[in-house]
Amino acid sequence: MTDVPDAKPRIRDGMRAALPLAPSPILFGLSYGVLADATGFGAAAAVVMSATTFAGASQFASVSVLDAGGTVAAAVLAAVFLNARYVAISVTISSIFPGGRLRRLVEAQTIVDESWALSGRRGRFEWPILIGSGLVFYVLWVGSTALGTVLGGVLEDPNALGLDAAFAALFLALAVPYLRDPRSRQAAALAAVITLVLTPFAPAGVPIIAASGACLLGLRR
Amino acid sequence: MNSAWIVVAVVGVVTIAFKAAGPVLIGRRALPPHVQSVVDLLAPVMLIALVVTQTFGGDEEITVDARVAGVGAAVVAIWLRAHVIVAMAVAAAVTALVRLVA
Repeated sequence: MTDVPDAKPRIRDGMRAALPLAPSPILFGLSYGVLADATGFGAAAAVVMSATTFAGASQFASVSVLDAGGTVAAAVLAAVFLNARYVAISVTISSIFPGGRLRRLVEAQTIVDESWALSGRRGRFEWPILIGSGLVFYVLWVGSTALGTVLGGVLEDPNALGLDAAFAALFLALAVPYLRDPRSRQAAALAAVITLVLTPFAPAGVPIIAASGACLLGLRR
Repeated sequence: MNSAWIVVAVVGVVTIAFKAAGPVLIGRRALPPHVQSVVDLLAPVMLIALVVTQTFGGDEEITVDARVAGVGAAVVAIWLRAHVIVAMAVAAAVTALVRLVA
């Protein structure tokens, strides 16, 4: 590596590109830590999950399903279904990874929605931007989760504070960008109906998993 | 091992595998179109199902309580393009207020 300037970005350019987006993982990480600790998921489990799963919505989903009395299987499936999009995302970006399989497996863990979007913003996916921004998001996410669990310990009765409704608001806000597409709207409406219809009959967590069947609308032409 | 740790372990391993799937296994090929369109719908479907249970879910019953007011307020906040964190704070505050008054 020489210091000759050229158009090729470096890892530090990716780190710099991530900074304007920093408030988002910090605030999400804090609220994830607070909610996980307050609902009894556990501080250590929350921090380890942030460090391994490193995918916000699915982590909130697991905590919320368990908090609502759902089974382990329902909490796992809800998170796994939410993260299935990472298969598609990682396929779009798979050609930029150098090196052997083990190195690619490790470096692929820097993929989150934000780092993926940043790495493709110049019209083609750039490895240094993905790695640099992904590393920044990772450190912020794990660190703020840890801080959140400390703050969460102060809360006594989280549901009296309306944190259950805060989960719903979070999932809704995350869903909104998808709902601009008509087919996503139809599938989401079907999922809502399935969930409502099954809720009086099925144990907690089961209606959500059954609602995932609505994604089969994607098979329609 | 309690349930939270089982969830952490299984979801962690599966998500690591999902993120590595493209770079490690698939290389430069693309997903078949029908698989892609099903996968594309999974996120909105799961998120809306979570909104519904988190708003109306009870112990094997549909309940209408303070949460509905809180989520309603969050809908307005989201519609007004509030930041996600603001929408969450609005939902929590309105729900807490209704619980305090009721």
